[in-house]
Amino acid sequence: MHRVEIPEIGTRQAWRDAARGLLVAGIPPAEVFWDYAGTGTDLFAHTPPPAARGEIAVPQSFVALADSVCWHRDPERFARLYALLWRLRTERGLMADRADQDLARLRNMEKAVRRDSHKMKAFVRFREIDPIGTRRRFAAWFEPDHHIVEPLSGFFMRRFGDMDWVIMTPDRTAIFCDGAVRFDAGQSKPPLPEDATEALWSTYFRNIFNPARLKTKAMQSEMPKKYWKNLPEAAAIPELIATAEARAREMQAAAPSLAPARAARIAERLPERADPDALNACTRCPLFCNATQAVPGEGPSDARVMIVGEQPGDQEDLAGRPFVGPAGQLFDQIAGEAGLERSSAYVTNAVKHFKFTPRGKRRIHQRPNISEVQACKWWLDAEIAQVRPGLIVAMGSTAAQSLTGCGAGLKARQGQIEQTPEGTPVLITWHPSYLLRLADASGRMEATNEMRRDLTIAAQYQQEIS
Amino acid sequence: MMNSMARLTLTDKLAILSDAAKYDTSCASSGTSRRHSRKGDGLGSTEGSGICHAYTPDGRCISLLKILLTNFCIYDCAYCVNRVSSNVKRARFSIDEVVTLTLEFYRRNYIEGLFLSSGIIRSPDDTMSEMVEIARRLRQDHRFRGYIHLKTIPDADPLLIEQAGLYADRLSINVELPTDASVKSYAPEKNPGTIRKAMADVRLRKEAGKDRSHTGKRPPKFAPAGQSTQMIVGADGANDATILGQSTRLYSSYKLKRVYYSAFSPIPDATAKLPLIRPPLEREHRLYQADWLLRFYGFGLDEITSAAPGGNLDLQIDPKLAWALQNRHHFPLDVNVAEREMLLRVPGFGTKTVQRILTTRRHRTLRYDDLTRMGASLKKARAFITCGGWTPGALTDSADLRARFAPPPEQLSLF
Repeated sequence: MHRVEIPEIGTRQAWRDAARGLLVAGIPPAEVFWDYAGTGTDLFAHTPPPAARGEIAVPQSFVALADSVCWHRDPERFARLYALLWRLRTERGLMADRADQDLARLRNMEKAVRRDSHKMKAFVRFREIDPIGTRRRFAAWFEPDHHIVEPLSGFFMRRFGDMDWVIMTPDRTAIFCDGAVRFDAGQSKPPLPEDATEALWSTYFRNIFNPARLKTKAMQSEMPKKYWKNLPEAAAIPELIATAEARAREMQAAAPSLAPARAARIAERLPERADPDALNACTRCPLFCNATQAVPGEGPSDARVMIVGEQPGDQEDLAGRPFVGPAGQLFDQIAGEAGLERSSAYVTNAVKHFKFTPRGKRRIHQRPNISEVQACKWWLDAEIAQVRPGLIVAMGSTAAQSLTGCGAGLKARQGQIEQTPEGTPVLITWHPSYLLRLADASGRMEATNEMRRDLTIAAQYQQEIS
Repeated sequence: MMNSMARLTLTDKLAILSDAAKYDTSCASSGTSRRHSRKGDGLGSTEGSGICHAYTPDGRCISLLKILLTNFCIYDCAYCVNRVSSNVKRARFSIDEVVTLTLEFYRRNYIEGLFLSSGIIRSPDDTMSEMVEIARRLRQDHRFRGYIHLKTIPDADPLLIEQAGLYADRLSINVELPTDASVKSYAPEKNPGTIRKAMADVRLRKEAGKDRSHTGKRPPKFAPAGQSTQMIVGADGANDATILGQSTRLYSSYKLKRVYYSAFSPIPDATAKLPLIRPPLEREHRLYQADWLLRFYGFGLDEITSAAPGGNLDLQIDPKLAWALQNRHHFPLDVNVAEREMLLRVPGFGTKTVQRILTTRRHRTLRYDDLTRMGASLKKARAFITCGGWTPGALTDSADLRARFAPPPEQLSLF
């Protein structure tokens, strides 16, 4: 029988070292007696454990489990951990077996330590005490279920790095002074000086509570009564519960009052809210319902060339400007190569609202249908009437549909110049997002070349006129 | 007015301005960038998941100091306790008071940080710039590394929103009500289009913050914990299908971290326009469940609404169970072979349970008892699964299956 002593401070490292030594020496769990802080009384176990020598490979998930379970209060914890470690020598994949009973038991202990740690992070309440040096100093009394003061000290150091603090518990005290931590024995509850901020905190607690939504069970499952004695705000709970219903009833029963006199004065002085511009108020088709905003065209009002795309996409809908998304960037690139200056052309879309279906965190583009294109033609016609371009470039079938009345057979029509019913020439070309969707590289290059040729025609027209 | 203001103590102001803030549901402090003050050069830390420091008897957690800068407001939103036409007591914090309260509460481990909102005084820009100044002082003058959530004012200058995003972990703008029509009738000074544009702007700025410049330098982080919004449930006539449709649209359009649903609750000095009801807490709970199914369980909106007769979720059973009861032809499911997407649809299985099933079944055939250890709620799941040693037999298709889950009808007594 081997006796392994594990100290109260530095438990995690001591357990690790001991377990490694035992495992390397091939000592089975039944021959180990684990003695925590000299409390064990097995007189027969006296052989000291072998010193850790050599390396052993252990799954990372076991290390994480042991690092947490070793702080549990159960005296059996070390034996249980070592028994599992022993099984891990031969049973590969054991750590992934959520149905194994030994592992399940340790997982439950891990969960208990995690929950206790979580509650300690939440429910420690500091009071300010007299400083020793220049740093402000705070102290707290807490009663955790497990031995978690040491492993949690890192959390409090990272959080309260610019102040000194002491956390006292029945079996350990952590003292943080001038940036260094040390641990001391536990103690009984000390008297701490009053702290005026506690009254403010209690005021906050009482007033953030909504008496019309009483749910005491939900409160108690997260903040069990055993913690209340060390929480200054908890003193208010009984009264809050007792008066809640009456307060809610009172609010419901109260007759509406007359508005204070200043309400009318303020309403008078409120600046008139500008009506949304006509385009943003448009309800000619249902697309306005889901879009962020209508996206109008942009460019000089005397532009000679007008570029018409399909509809704003995700990015255009957010920014409120046409052709700023991926397709717009490709358009800019090809237009640049073709010598067409975007800033001197008028750029717009056949449909002004983004049509999409929501899917999780993304919006999937939907092609507008004929009635939506028809409804929005009113706005495109208004833009054409205002700019009076000499040439319109229709990119893709939706633009062709809107401008010429026909959106079919684009393959045969690409590169051709057709006309609007009013007689303005319309050059048919691909939509840049069509190029982006083409999977095969040679097809994409060919279509890109075709589009560049078309835009060169538009560029020449632009230069001839100016 | 000014005289009575002058007499308010800090305690009075805190009472008024926390009471005025409690109808905002959000208290999250998770998911921001990691920070600490271990070197002693500041105060505070954020480590992934936030901490709930206390719970009030309404079952809600207190994670942040949730207060209004002021409850004076020039707007007249019918559902709001702070509307201009209400006779509630008014107060206003100074910038320093908010900064000091936040730091002193934080030092005593009461809170994770600040959630600051405000009534609108003078103009949206004036109000917003005071809120930004509070966040700036906390971050720059006091090197505060805890969590800051700012409620942004949609009409404020975009420059102010940009500054807000540099100091705050989270920004939020409330859409308030599920439809534009309700916003127009109950919050006449608010503009749904402006609210959406502000959310679009936050998303664009956040995404721009991820691009490196050509020198490889990363711009400062913008609202690392993202944006969220809140909808009041039960004040207008919108049904659950409308509400969830709006959420789906908001999640997909503006990459919101959360949509909060807030059951319309009695407020002091309510308006006659919105009669006070018992807050529909059960409905609010079902909406959150449906929201989770949409985001984490692969459900489509149409699937959830198809199991919601009349457009409203079943209040007696949860929406996943409601869907399963209507789609029994998919069940029972063999837990040892079924795919992840289908396992996620079993009532009583959460995402963690499903993950555990998938990793464990590589090693062994799962039996009924094994599932208990994996966190499954078998009371619900048993009718919909088969596994080693268990088949539900006729239970899956039994006519009274729903009745087993729904609360029993209240017994009538003769007298």
